Amino acid sequence: MNKLQIVLSGILKNNPTFVLVLGMCPTLGTTTSAINGMGMGVATMAVLIMSNLVISLIKNFIPDKVRIPAFIVVIASFVTIIQMLMQAYVPSLYASLGVFIPLIVVNCIILGRAEAFASKNGPIDSILDGVGIGIGFTLSLTAIGAVREVLGSGAIFGYSLGIADYMPLVFVLAPGAFLVLGYLMVLFNKLAKK
Amino acid sequence: MKSTLFNMVAVLFTITLIASAGVGAVNMITEEPIAAAKAQATTEAVANVLPAFDNNEVQEQEIDGMSIKVYTAMNASGVVGYAVESMTKNGFGGAIRMMVGFLPDGKIYNVNVLEQVETPGLGTKMCDEGNALISSIKDKDADEIKFSVKKDGGELDALTAATISSRAYYDAVARAHQAFLVASGQKSEADGVTSATATSENNEGEAAQKGGENE
Repeated sequence: MNKLQIVLSGILKNNPTFVLVLGMCPTLGTTTSAINGMGMGVATMAVLIMSNLVISLIKNFIPDKVRIPAFIVVIASFVTIIQMLMQAYVPSLYASLGVFIPLIVVNCIILGRAEAFASKNGPIDSILDGVGIGIGFTLSLTAIGAVREVLGSGAIFGYSLGIADYMPLVFVLAPGAFLVLGYLMVLFNKLAKK
Repeated sequence: MKSTLFNMVAVLFTITLIASAGVGAVNMITEEPIAAAKAQATTEAVANVLPAFDNNEVQEQEIDGMSIKVYTAMNASGVVGYAVESMTKNGFGGAIRMMVGFLPDGKIYNVNVLEQVETPGLGTKMCDEGNALISSIKDKDADEIKFSVKKDGGELDALTAATISSRAYYDAVARAHQAFLVASGQKSEADGVTSATATSENNEGEAAQKGGENE
């Protein structure tokens, strides 16, 4: 598989949200607006790239039976380190993304890619896989967030479209998340099949 | 790699050791900047709700089981105002924390919501500049405000389709007012605040309106 294909497969063929259906908890929970979805996606991408890289480097030293706990320790340490660095040096970014950071530890996309890709491939390919899956996740979450924001609160990326009073509130609440996710998933797979 | 008891123990031990050393090292490096960033954020939040001042003093109170911090801001000529870091647990999504600035004469100078988890597009409007909530209490004498929304028989505006968030907002402001009264020496002990939510007197109207009430 060439390098470009690895990145593209994360966005289309192996799209984490619409095809692999991984990481549904942060997907449903954080996509109340386009910017929130994007924030979660970008933060996840950062952790994913780092953990993929490290796991591909140490994969030959890890006995098979304890690989899952070993991966989890690596991922959790990275999340903690990123959280502390953000809090210390970019507090404004932390203020807007901070709530999502601890959620990344329990995001099964990270562990899923560690297990399915990084533990079988070299460091460069693993980084590219992290980039591809990360972009795929970010785009999916931004799309879900944008649809929910427009339908539920009549705004896009925080800019009011002036139609807020006519919009069904349900889309920014939990049931709306399921509806939007379901329909976008159908649409994505229909288009991707062609 | 084939698993044996020895290599499993050795590898896991090594990985956890390196990981915890890494987290510990980063923690040591970032401890000071994090504390500085937090202090900076607090100073900015205080400065945001008060006129210019030189320094401030912190004092902590407990009202309704919640800890409320009062920052007394001073300059050369005396006290310029009190910034109260107040909170409520009655928000639609959970707790709301806010900074409320009082001038020494009891006027509300400004309100700044620090933390909230309200519904985007509805309750979150409480953070917008010049929203209905802040404009109905800003520059008014807090002693003369009855902190309840029009729906509950009060005189304050609520956000459209976000009555519960609006009640919670005024609940936190009312609690800040109690803390201010104590801090400025007008009262020896703070009263609990319950008035911002519906009282039993207007329960009938309340039930009738429930249908049109979201959030």
